[in-house]
Amino acid sequence: MAMRANRAAISRNGVSAKSRNLGLLLAAGCIFLATGDASAAEVPKRVVSMNVCTDQMAILVAGDGQLHSVSYLANDPATSALVDVARKLLVNHGQAEEVFLMQPDLVLAGSYTTRATVGLLRKLGIPVEEFQPETSFDDVRTNLKRMGDILGRRERAEALVAELDRKLAEAKQRSHPNITVATYYANSYTSGAGTLIDAVVVASGLTNLAAKLGLSGTQQLPLELLVMAKPDLLVDSEARYATPALAQQTFVHPAYRALSEQSGRVSVPAKYTICGAPFTATAVEMLTEAAGPSGSGQAEGAQP
Amino acid sequence: MTDAARYRTLLAVLGLLVAVLFALSLTVGPAAIAFGDSIKALFSGKGDAIALIMREIRLPRALLGLMIGATLGLSGAALQGYLRNPLAEPSLIGVSASASLGAVLAIYSGLTVVFPLALPLSALLAAMVAVVVVQALAGRRSNTLTIILAGVAVSSLAGAMTSLALNLSPNPFAALEIMFWMLGSLTDRSMTHVWLAAPFMLAGWMLLLMLGRALDALTLGADTATSMGIDMRRVQQLAVLGTASSVGAATAVAGAIGFVGLVVPHLLRPLVGARPSRLLPASALGGAAVVLAADILVRLVAPGRDLKLGVLTAIVGAPFFLWLVYRERRRLA
Repeated sequence: MAMRANRAAISRNGVSAKSRNLGLLLAAGCIFLATGDASAAEVPKRVVSMNVCTDQMAILVAGDGQLHSVSYLANDPATSALVDVARKLLVNHGQAEEVFLMQPDLVLAGSYTTRATVGLLRKLGIPVEEFQPETSFDDVRTNLKRMGDILGRRERAEALVAELDRKLAEAKQRSHPNITVATYYANSYTSGAGTLIDAVVVASGLTNLAAKLGLSGTQQLPLELLVMAKPDLLVDSEARYATPALAQQTFVHPAYRALSEQSGRVSVPAKYTICGAPFTATAVEMLTEAAGPSGSGQAEGAQP
Repeated sequence: MTDAARYRTLLAVLGLLVAVLFALSLTVGPAAIAFGDSIKALFSGKGDAIALIMREIRLPRALLGLMIGATLGLSGAALQGYLRNPLAEPSLIGVSASASLGAVLAIYSGLTVVFPLALPLSALLAAMVAVVVVQALAGRRSNTLTIILAGVAVSSLAGAMTSLALNLSPNPFAALEIMFWMLGSLTDRSMTHVWLAAPFMLAGWMLLLMLGRALDALTLGADTATSMGIDMRRVQQLAVLGTASSVGAATAVAGAIGFVGLVVPHLLRPLVGARPSRLLPASALGGAAVVLAADILVRLVAPGRDLKLGVLTAIVGAPFFLWLVYRERRRLA
């Protein structure tokens, strides 16, 4: 995939040379041009993002041609909600060498991943902006606006925040606070207070079982306790991998199946909840829809 | 008390111990359910949460603990008698690690999704290869040192292949599951696993229990045993197939649990008058008691941490193994 994107990018620039030196020369030329005419507004022209969340936020906020490369995870439909756009961009793997050779005038990174790369790039004189992972919708608004400021696209960022607020307000009208929702993922993990998924459940006007049980962060919830708690709706993430693993055996456990038959189950793909963005509202819509207009808590059982 | 009466008493005591531990295993778990409620729910059959937990989560766990423990104790006693080697044991001679590899290949390749029986069969096959290879490497005289060295080689290779297969899996969770296959666990196993493994374990037990008379004769040496009318080829077939079938199935559903098959026969041997035919059933009961106890302990010591069974059995088993090696060295010196 990376190869294809690379080739596509090269042919777009009308360059067929394979030589790294020529590429470097060309990149250096671009930088020279970029710094030449952008000195007035100081808007970055060649942005490289190394984190799947900054990737997607930058894709949403950036102007035409401003975003040069995104991480390989942005191209993975399991983790990224914007695969269609990401496919048209160059791919990086968060390694200092490849990012440096792209000669970006700005690098976007997550504050917890690729630490060594960020340190090295800063040493090489490339400006790096780090973003905290979003654990609430306030974080999403803050990060969107900051991305807008950094990329010189304040208006676009504000439009995105408005779109998010409009969707959340719509969901709020269909509140069902008496419905308890249990999120359940591979290896029996659940999302408690202080996670983006908890924020999604709250925004859907539902009650998060894990938070009610006093769990915070992403923690394991033994299957026995889940069965005892009798949630009204089970939420798992639609994760399909090429081959199975024991981690997903919980979902075929007879006890889990019996529980999901009683309560109903909805699959919310992880790509909507890994990163906070306007598309996270899709997860909220899926939950309010599953909870039903009558508040019965019955949902169509989708497969995990 | 006569010899036979003492033996019957021992079996009765062990049987009672297993029954008590089995009942305890049913009542231990993260969900706090009163003892009376849990037993009532087990038999009442109402579809409420407690019945669901008892029947689908705790019952299979206790059943597997019982059966896997019996398998390990029995196969340990049989291997020690057959190879005439005090250090022989499924995990030490590489049978468990190989069965793990077989199970891993079947599960992570996706084969078990289309053909569930591939799991125990593949583990059985790999276990069988391991027994045969170790036996061939150790040679006819079955020297203690060569058996252990052959076991180390087979174990290391199988362990490395398991870890390679898991690391190459495109599933991001696979690599984290190396722990399960190396140390074993009974957490959240289901009745599906019980039905999948039970027939193979039962068949293996039958084969191993048929070895009793032959193992008694073998204590006098292979030549004497042959002269007493023991067919050594048949003995080999029974031992290899019985171990592979039972240990293969046990490992396929719960990972490799070490040292049970080593410690239990040694503890019980003095109590049965050192007769292999009597040691076999006693070891089966003893093994069941040990694994059930260990599985209760992992839930009590570190609730919510999913401590692996093999951690506990190794804490007890490894020092015991060292002591055996020390004793063996003194004897050889």
